[in-house]
Amino acid sequence: MLILVTYDVSTETPAGRRRLRQVAKACLNYGQRVQKSVFECKVDQAGLEALQRYLLKIICEEEDSLRIYRLTEPLERNVQEFGKFRAVDFEAPLIV
Amino acid sequence: MRQLLNTLFVTTPNAYLRLEGETLCVEVEREKRLQVPLHHIGSVVAFGDVMLTPAVLRRCAQDGRGVVLLDRNGEFSARIEGPVSGNILLRQAQHDAAGNALTALGIARACVVGKLRNARQVLLRGAREAKNTEDTQSLQQASRLLANQIRKLPEVVDLDLVRGLEGDGARIYFAAIPLLIRANQRKVFNFERRSRRPPLDRFNALISFLYTLLVNDCRSALEGVGLDPQLGFLHAVRPGRPALALDLMEEFRPIMVDRLALTLINRGQLTEQNFESRVGGAVYLSEQGRKVVLTAYQQRKQEELTHPLLEQTVAIGLLPHVQARLLARTLRGEMEGYLPFLTR
Repeated sequence: MLILVTYDVSTETPAGRRRLRQVAKACLNYGQRVQKSVFECKVDQAGLEALQRYLLKIICEEEDSLRIYRLTEPLERNVQEFGKFRAVDFEAPLIV
Repeated sequence: MRQLLNTLFVTTPNAYLRLEGETLCVEVEREKRLQVPLHHIGSVVAFGDVMLTPAVLRRCAQDGRGVVLLDRNGEFSARIEGPVSGNILLRQAQHDAAGNALTALGIARACVVGKLRNARQVLLRGAREAKNTEDTQSLQQASRLLANQIRKLPEVVDLDLVRGLEGDGARIYFAAIPLLIRANQRKVFNFERRSRRPPLDRFNALISFLYTLLVNDCRSALEGVGLDPQLGFLHAVRPGRPALALDLMEEFRPIMVDRLALTLINRGQLTEQNFESRVGGAVYLSEQGRKVVLTAYQQRKQEELTHPLLEQTVAIGLLPHVQARLLARTLRGEMEGYLPFLTR
């Protein structure tokens, strides 16, 4: 399934900036950055739960917020892409 | 059911692969070209001068992700493997079966039946689609000859005779292949006979390249179920030769390679420019040509069809895994005999 992970992490303190970097890094392990604090991740149920558990450990629930959306298939009908950024489909042929 | 994981192909010279967290990064000239989470990747195939950090090699070996190094022409050069794991009892059963002439014969025969039946389907489909009656008749004639070979197989009780029937069948089949190439492409793809090491014409170059990819997939599938890819039944054991992977591959050659090659040619997706000639008459795909072929191969693997035995839809790329599992069941004695995958 494709999930959308978005977050707001407070950057007012050094600890907050640290959490922001950690959250981004964790999301990268599961998917790709499509906008500054928006990640698209193709995961299975286990992957989703692992990611969620991991992110909840990092963020500070008083100051930050985290939203995870689940997109319904078929994705080509439910996801539209505009502008200069093009996401990589990790399930399409990967040839560099 | 196992998931079909993606294969990362790195064809750009001097590309650099490293780990970053749980992702694999491909850099070219210090610029990040791709970053993929490891959980999407089942194996990495690197062409020519690609650098992989020790961490990448170690991690992939550990997780059982195959790392295959091919040379610039796409010929196999090395494979990096982690510790042998899996089921020793299964491997023992495999070795016992190889020592038992009757069991070995049965499996070898099944592999050849799979190959020739599927080859015949390719010819019959060609006969249906042929543009003139002459071609149709020749193709029907060739498929009749193949049917004869298939009919003889159950009676054959000697492994060498099975190999002989396979060889004759392959000759009949390849002799008919030029008729499946569209008339306007026959000048560029003037295939006459199978040649390898090196391939001497474009069609041979194309199928040799695809067979290399397929044998790697078959090998991974066998290792995935815990079988020893080097101990074959139809193919004799030789140092370094993945004999069982070659056995398993037979049934897939016509459907996963030959048919795909013909489609690429007949649709005009590959042209003269996608090939390069070398001194001595060898012909290879160019870098651009390889990309076209890799893309098509990966897309083909994503297509789904119904497995006649399991009555389940399966991605074509998972067929080697499914068949490897059936082979394991046969070796364990849970199935009468091995049943190859047959297309309709």
